[in-house]
Amino acid sequence: MRSKDLGVIKDIAKRTVKDTSLEMFRRMCLVRHFEQGVLNAGQDKFLTYQVYLSSGQEAIPAAVSLAIPNFMIFTQHRCHGTYLSYGGDPVKLRDELLGLPSGTSGGRAGSNCIQCHENGINMFGHHGLIGENVPLGVGAALGSGNPVVCFFGDGAAEEDYVFAAMGFAATHKLPVLFVCEDNNLSILTPVEVRRSWNISEIARSFGMQTEDISDDPWTIYAKIIELKNKLPAFINIRTCRQYWHVGSGVDGPPEWDRFSLVKEELESQGLEGKAESIEKNIKEQMRTLWDPEQLLKLLKR
Amino acid sequence: MGSRTVAETIKEITKKHLTENNGLLLGESISAVGWVNNTVPDVSGIVELPMTDIAGAGIAVGISLVGRRPIFVIRFQDFLILNGSPLIFYAAKIKELHGRSAPVFVRAIASDGLGPVHSGVLHSVFMHFPGFRVCSPMTPKEYEAVWDDYMKHDDPFICSEHRASYQNTEELPDIVYDNADITLYAVSLCRFEAVKAASRLLEEGIKCNVVNLLWLKPFVLEQRLIKPLSQTKKGIVVDPCHEISGAARSIAYELSQATGHCVKALGILDKTKCLCAPLQNKSPDAQKIVSVVKEMLGN
Repeated sequence: MRSKDLGVIKDIAKRTVKDTSLEMFRRMCLVRHFEQGVLNAGQDKFLTYQVYLSSGQEAIPAAVSLAIPNFMIFTQHRCHGTYLSYGGDPVKLRDELLGLPSGTSGGRAGSNCIQCHENGINMFGHHGLIGENVPLGVGAALGSGNPVVCFFGDGAAEEDYVFAAMGFAATHKLPVLFVCEDNNLSILTPVEVRRSWNISEIARSFGMQTEDISDDPWTIYAKIIELKNKLPAFINIRTCRQYWHVGSGVDGPPEWDRFSLVKEELESQGLEGKAESIEKNIKEQMRTLWDPEQLLKLLKR
Repeated sequence: MGSRTVAETIKEITKKHLTENNGLLLGESISAVGWVNNTVPDVSGIVELPMTDIAGAGIAVGISLVGRRPIFVIRFQDFLILNGSPLIFYAAKIKELHGRSAPVFVRAIASDGLGPVHSGVLHSVFMHFPGFRVCSPMTPKEYEAVWDDYMKHDDPFICSEHRASYQNTEELPDIVYDNADITLYAVSLCRFEAVKAASRLLEEGIKCNVVNLLWLKPFVLEQRLIKPLSQTKKGIVVDPCHEISGAARSIAYELSQATGHCVKALGILDKTKCLCAPLQNKSPDAQKIVSVVKEMLGN
């Protein structure tokens, strides 16, 4: 069931507008190389605590943010990718991680509870209880009537209050898209050890339109364009976390490397040069952002 | 004597909030069996929650994030343990962490004598966590003042109600003598009992000041509180929560520290509130207060 090709729409990448494909890739690069800066800053002791890295899962926020740019966002703990893909300022995220007053929340909140309410972005992070953002997002949809996207993982999907909130959204036909970023792991415990049931079937039983696909960004984008007018809806997206639940450790290579797969696809479409240029540009921006000399000044060391 | 009860006051405030202020009210089984002791009006803006404690609180907090100022009804305060996490970990933290607000008004209703998980009074728990305003109004005017305070601020609000107050029409002014023997500081249901106790003690020649505590957090050590204690030099804080780590001990400590005088805490025993007598572990009543006053005065 779980594979890099699960539910991928045949030739969807080639049928997608090239500018859209390249923008998705740009957003993936932004997350990947921002977090490379985070890793380096950790090695250099500028960051002295563990962070929640989005690397490996970048395709999801990249595609979702392009498909539904104006939704209110209720994100999970692994949220750097969501913030950056939706257009959050990388400088403010860096400063938040460094604990500086110029951070997204004045340096008080940190890696797993990023918020952003500027430049057309309306993003609420959670505070550390997995899945707590789901009932909050459902309430925000009820209170405002505006569409909401809730991101959560396969572990959070097991929280009783997540179910209850999804059921409430179904009952009241609220405009909420539930996005499960399913990396199959709760820390290191796989889904099959934790439960016998499938979250997509639960969502379907609530009467929601449901999708269960891998993290091919073109397929995600196409599916969400379909779902966004049929809310509430649920989409389970199989993905691979590159690093540990928290921190920079690894347990061998991921099951698949979506970042490389996307680059290969762009290459097959003759977009290799443009993709390389995008990545080079982002790398340079992130190198500047995380320049150790600059960090020394910012931290007044 | 006033003509309007606390229940009627709550109902009027709620009606205005829902019909004129774009407010919402959420709770479980709101319209069933007496509309929450006849405190909720039959108007639009009421959201019947399924039996979704935790998620229900999260939904209420989510509504507060988008400016609708929800009233969230908890029929029995013990249920705050289930519903507490979105309130404590999200609503109460969002201002300090992110500079935003989640002003949800929690109507936390207390009772007595209804068994192990329907008789609890839990405002002490919410005094403990940063980010809440906590109070316990027992009169119509107090309820109005509390509501005004909620609307003027943007903090999550724990309004510790008590069913015993709902039919009350009277205001409860402080009773302060020039030459009292002891000062009683009373919270919630215990305010009614403290007045009764003071009356009985007066018949025996013991003068008790009775100072009402409406606000639990922020708790301001104003002169109204300190002055009577400075004269009597002995005080008792009476509260219906568990005495251990409860509001009574916390406030007694603050009063004692501020004045240097001896202040005792009187709450309920460190026991479960069983359904049947004599194990109900009820809130301190007038008889208990009389007994503790005499003990403290050495009578």
